[in-house]
Amino acid sequence: MRWLRRNAVSIVGILVLVYLFIPISVVTALSFNKPAGKFNISWNSFSLDAWTNLCGVPGVCSSFVTSLEIGLVSTLIATLLGTMIAFALVRYRFRGRSTTNLLIFLPMATPEVVMGSSLLALFLNMRFPLGPLTVAIAHIMFIISFVVVTVKARLQGLDPRLEEAARDLYASPRATFRYVTFPLVLPGIIGAALLGFSLSFDDFIISYFNAGTLVTFPIYIWGAAQRGIPPQVNALATLVFVTALVIVLASQIVQYRKRKAMESS
Amino acid sequence: MAPVLPSTVVAPAPTAGQRRSRTGYVLLFPGMTWLAVFFAIPFVTLFLTSLQTPVPGKSGRYRFGLEFGNYATALAEYWPAFLRSFIYAGIATALALLISYPLAYFIAFRSGRWRGLMLVLVIAPSFASFLLRTYAWKTILADESPITTFLNSLHVLPDGRILNTSIAVIAGLTYNFLPFMVLPLYAALEKIDPRLIEAANDLYASPATSFRKVTWPLSMPGVVAGTLLTFIPAAGDYINAELLGSTKDRMVGNAIQTNFIEFRDYPTASALSFVLMAAILVLVFTYIRRAGTEELF
Repeated sequence: MRWLRRNAVSIVGILVLVYLFIPISVVTALSFNKPAGKFNISWNSFSLDAWTNLCGVPGVCSSFVTSLEIGLVSTLIATLLGTMIAFALVRYRFRGRSTTNLLIFLPMATPEVVMGSSLLALFLNMRFPLGPLTVAIAHIMFIISFVVVTVKARLQGLDPRLEEAARDLYASPRATFRYVTFPLVLPGIIGAALLGFSLSFDDFIISYFNAGTLVTFPIYIWGAAQRGIPPQVNALATLVFVTALVIVLASQIVQYRKRKAMESS
Repeated sequence: MAPVLPSTVVAPAPTAGQRRSRTGYVLLFPGMTWLAVFFAIPFVTLFLTSLQTPVPGKSGRYRFGLEFGNYATALAEYWPAFLRSFIYAGIATALALLISYPLAYFIAFRSGRWRGLMLVLVIAPSFASFLLRTYAWKTILADESPITTFLNSLHVLPDGRILNTSIAVIAGLTYNFLPFMVLPLYAALEKIDPRLIEAANDLYASPATSFRKVTWPLSMPGVVAGTLLTFIPAAGDYINAELLGSTKDRMVGNAIQTNFIEFRDYPTASALSFVLMAAILVLVFTYIRRAGTEELF
């Protein structure tokens, strides 16, 4: 009883973690299901059909590839633009800092439906045709802020003495940046890019408003929800989930090892 | 709070120093232009669109106008959806805070060397499709599911079911935005010096008192950030209402989407969207002022 009282917080905490994973286990389980009707909602019988024939349903894989492409392009551009802003914010003095900060903060505090609809209003009034370009423009817009925040945190956490040491050893500003600053900030930039890609890949609301007839993976799922989501979609989502988890865990282990090595040296 | 040290030790090491040069502006220009053109200016077009007037005889075509009446008609029709958005998001935020606090506390103070892994596990669910995770609640909350059967045996469900009721929508909203609550709470709790809590205990404060007088007030920045980061996307969400609720549970997001994309009634949709943004901004700023944590930004 005493033990229970002492560890109540830990028990509740772990239960909440388990709760977070319940829907994912359902998604994964249903990828091995042979749905009885057109809706893959309740368990019927075990089948590997979805996994052996991932692209068996028309539209699934093409929408998946569309999302990958848009995710890559948007992430690349947004990471570049966001990293530049982060450097400017931490390393340079300039006029209009508070306006700049506000413009970076607001996209993270605006509901997606508002951003999506206002961007659509812009494109409609400009008679700009909707398609992959407008979706990519929208994704870059909402990813930039997240990149700025992530890279800025990394930059602010740098030990300034490392750069000073480089300068004391007569490294030019360019060499200091290339051999000291950039390698130290790189993990932050990579983290920001991964976050940006996952935001882009999974975005539905903003994409739906600005896609026109383009079908991304989430837009495919939205449409399929009305007529039944094929188990292939569950299989692909499971695949994405596992891949992302492996990448993040691997980077955690690398960081952990580095810290250990630093401590022991 | 910090242990007393000679000022030479606590003084921050001289930083690289912020330079004032043209480079700063060059670095800012492309990204900030992107945000200005595709984030800020669209609000102006959204506002102008909300005042447009239909071109007679051509459905789906509008021209410049100053029809402030669009707001009245939009609100007259959709005020219940607005109300529902704020009520559902409010309840979901309160529930998320209740559920997240123990988890964030556990990770900050009790997880030891597993802390990094625990944080990964908190964000991991976001790697699986948002839509599919929401859709999965259809299975979990279905009419014959264990949880519905159990709650029905206690006779606590007003409609005898969960799916296609407002309970399912709120449950979905609570689940979906939980990481946005856990992470800021964790960040605030992790900064607390555990010795402050020990000191409270040493001075014979009961666990409840030391929580109320020490831990909770010190975690306030996390509570404010977490509730905002949960409430804002929840109030604008329409995926949960569409997939888990009935037509009686539609939120303002549903109305904006159908008016914009299906009915092509751009002025009504824009008016709703503009009011939603304004309402959220007003709420957020009064809330921050009340909570007194303006340094958040």
